[in-house]
Amino acid sequence: MKQFTPSTEVDFVIIGSGAAGGIMAKQLSTAGFKVVVLEQGGWGKYGKEQEYTKDEWLNDNPSLEDRLMSDPSGRQRNTFRRNDKEKATAGTHSYGCVVGGGTVTYGGSSWRHLPWEFKEASTVGAIAGTGMADWPVTYEELEPYYTQAEWEMGIAGERVNSRFIAPMSKDYPVPPMPLKASGALFKIGAAKLGWSVVHGPIAIISKSYQGRSACVNCGMCSGFGCHVKARSSSAVTMLPIAERTGNCEIRVRSYVREISTDSTGKCTGVVYFDKDKKEIFQKAKNVILSANGSETPRLLLLSKSARFPDGLANSSGVVGRYLMLGNGAGASALFEHPLNDYKGVVTGAGIVDFVETDPKRGFYGGGRMTARGFDTPISYGLRGLSPGTARWGAGYKKALLEEANHKMAVSCFVTQLPLETNRVDLDPDVKDDWGLPAMRITSTSHPDDFKAMEFFRQKSIEILEAAGAKRVWANPVNDSRGSAHNRGTCRMGNDPKTSVVNKFHRAHDVPNLFIIDGSNLVTGGRNHPTMTIQALAFRAADNIIKAAKVGQLTRL
Amino acid sequence: MSTPGQSRRDFLLNSVSGLGAAWVATHYSAIIDAAEYAEQAARSGQPAKFAFFTPEQATEVEAMAAQIIPTDATPGAREARVINFIDRALVTFEEEAKPQYIQGLKELETQTKQQFPNATKFSALTSEQQIAVLTAMEKSPFFNLVRTHTVTGFFASPAHGGNANKAGWKLVSYNDSLNHKPPFGYYDALPEVGR
Repeated sequence: MKQFTPSTEVDFVIIGSGAAGGIMAKQLSTAGFKVVVLEQGGWGKYGKEQEYTKDEWLNDNPSLEDRLMSDPSGRQRNTFRRNDKEKATAGTHSYGCVVGGGTVTYGGSSWRHLPWEFKEASTVGAIAGTGMADWPVTYEELEPYYTQAEWEMGIAGERVNSRFIAPMSKDYPVPPMPLKASGALFKIGAAKLGWSVVHGPIAIISKSYQGRSACVNCGMCSGFGCHVKARSSSAVTMLPIAERTGNCEIRVRSYVREISTDSTGKCTGVVYFDKDKKEIFQKAKNVILSANGSETPRLLLLSKSARFPDGLANSSGVVGRYLMLGNGAGASALFEHPLNDYKGVVTGAGIVDFVETDPKRGFYGGGRMTARGFDTPISYGLRGLSPGTARWGAGYKKALLEEANHKMAVSCFVTQLPLETNRVDLDPDVKDDWGLPAMRITSTSHPDDFKAMEFFRQKSIEILEAAGAKRVWANPVNDSRGSAHNRGTCRMGNDPKTSVVNKFHRAHDVPNLFIIDGSNLVTGGRNHPTMTIQALAFRAADNIIKAAKVGQLTRL
Repeated sequence: MSTPGQSRRDFLLNSVSGLGAAWVATHYSAIIDAAEYAEQAARSGQPAKFAFFTPEQATEVEAMAAQIIPTDATPGAREARVINFIDRALVTFEEEAKPQYIQGLKELETQTKQQFPNATKFSALTSEQQIAVLTAMEKSPFFNLVRTHTVTGFFASPAHGGNANKAGWKLVSYNDSLNHKPPFGYYDALPEVGR
């Protein structure tokens, strides 16, 4: 792999190697730019994916070297509070933390946002107390990049003509993944209710594609690395191409603490801790920040200076605000015959009939329902049984036997309104393992969000009953306290007073700083953000490359 | 666990293949001890040597585990050799839980003597008496730790010392081939809805 010295002024330093960072690295390096990617996590099994463990216990108890997610109880401590009056306490927010980021372990759902999701503020109308706004980008502008992302990453799915699904200019590159028994039950229930079931688009390949093997339905899927490279992560699609250009260096265990600026307000590079916690300054002409919707705003807030007293790129004061964490709802049920839903990907089937906001329901919001039965053996034994069953003894063992493989769950991905008060900032007391102020999350969802979750909880019960469940249960709804789907904290917009980046992802305040990740999402979509992040990244890269080649990058 | 033609060293390395080299280097002797023990125990049917527990402590913990997942028509925690898993965990992944076991076993003794003043130890009680003692303790941190370890050992890969002969996986019809072809279950095999 190409190596640059920190004193070499590279064209771009990219912070983060996940959904967006991986694409930026590949696009910029293949265009001939010199790129250094700084990844907080380790290599994982990059380049030797066959070594990813399928041992549930080892995967749950990784050594530092084998960690795939951040550790909120250890190195990446964070705190949570409901509102500004509370004192924040230890949080559980965790995200992908390895070369490839969250794409290494995610379930892989790859829904596009629908055309109207980019302009809900003007079509649905203002909602009091929220920061609903239209995007500065339209679906039509983004559509070619969705297609590019689907074909370059490798997405399995079916192209469906439906008002509930975004129109596509091209089919998916590989056919959909198996429906699974949970998906078949969705079909049985949906036929009675008049709802429709579709194969969910998923970033796991159903047949060999671009030199990678098809999924073998091992079942140790979400949360595990993929040992056959079927999951279309940045680590097996984008980053190897970036490396092979000879223009890109990936540096692991590189924890950025500051984006540095000069007296003119331009970035000069970044300061990071290496694996031995030694501070290193990497010089760069431009900085690309793709650290995810929670770490991106935190790093901007950490990068305070005399010129940027409220944090970098934050003259608007909205860095960290409008945080959307990722709400869901659902229900579980037992059926007469075995499903064996532990086999295969996490979810094969979706119901999209309730994706729109329907004013008749009396609240803003919509979502998608997914069928799933993901139960690995240890997880099943510890917490997979239906409520009220014995926790030990003869009754427990009987339940283990009787419920095994007869269960499915409905997991719904639901809207969350952007609220100014929901945010990421710096905890005044707690420090992370590097001695930096810990991330503090303040979040309580809007009343409409709770209504939307309850709506989907009821719909989940309805379909399970229609499918013929013997027993159905559903926990009371609650909103998220942290998740891999965090969005909205550096929103894009045309007005520098109300947004952090412009429609080309350039920070309004800093001409050579580009922010590309879930933080840019103005509204949250239906809580399936990755495909939109990827499309935005391909589009951002395209514009950056065009401008940089004619020396007009800072005018983008 | 070990298959013919596979060397002992390969077996040990395979059993820890998900671990980082540095971690293995630090813990390698403990891993070997625990794995040696697991294999000896499997061969002889008798406990040979524990890495952490005294034989007396192991008997008490195993009796608890055997009440958490009892033996009936199918193997329970005892046949699955969950005690091997727990013993091994306490010298490797879960070293920090050692004091909780030492303290917890004292609580078990206290609770046993409180309910059955003439009893010598928990494992010597009848099954009904053991259930009474554990019912009184079932909200305690120690009981919940042993429950978590018992269930984990019952369902974790046999490479970690428990789940002997895949007893846990067989109970829940889990097929560990890691290579499956649809249809996976009853409903997706139905022609009208399976595709």
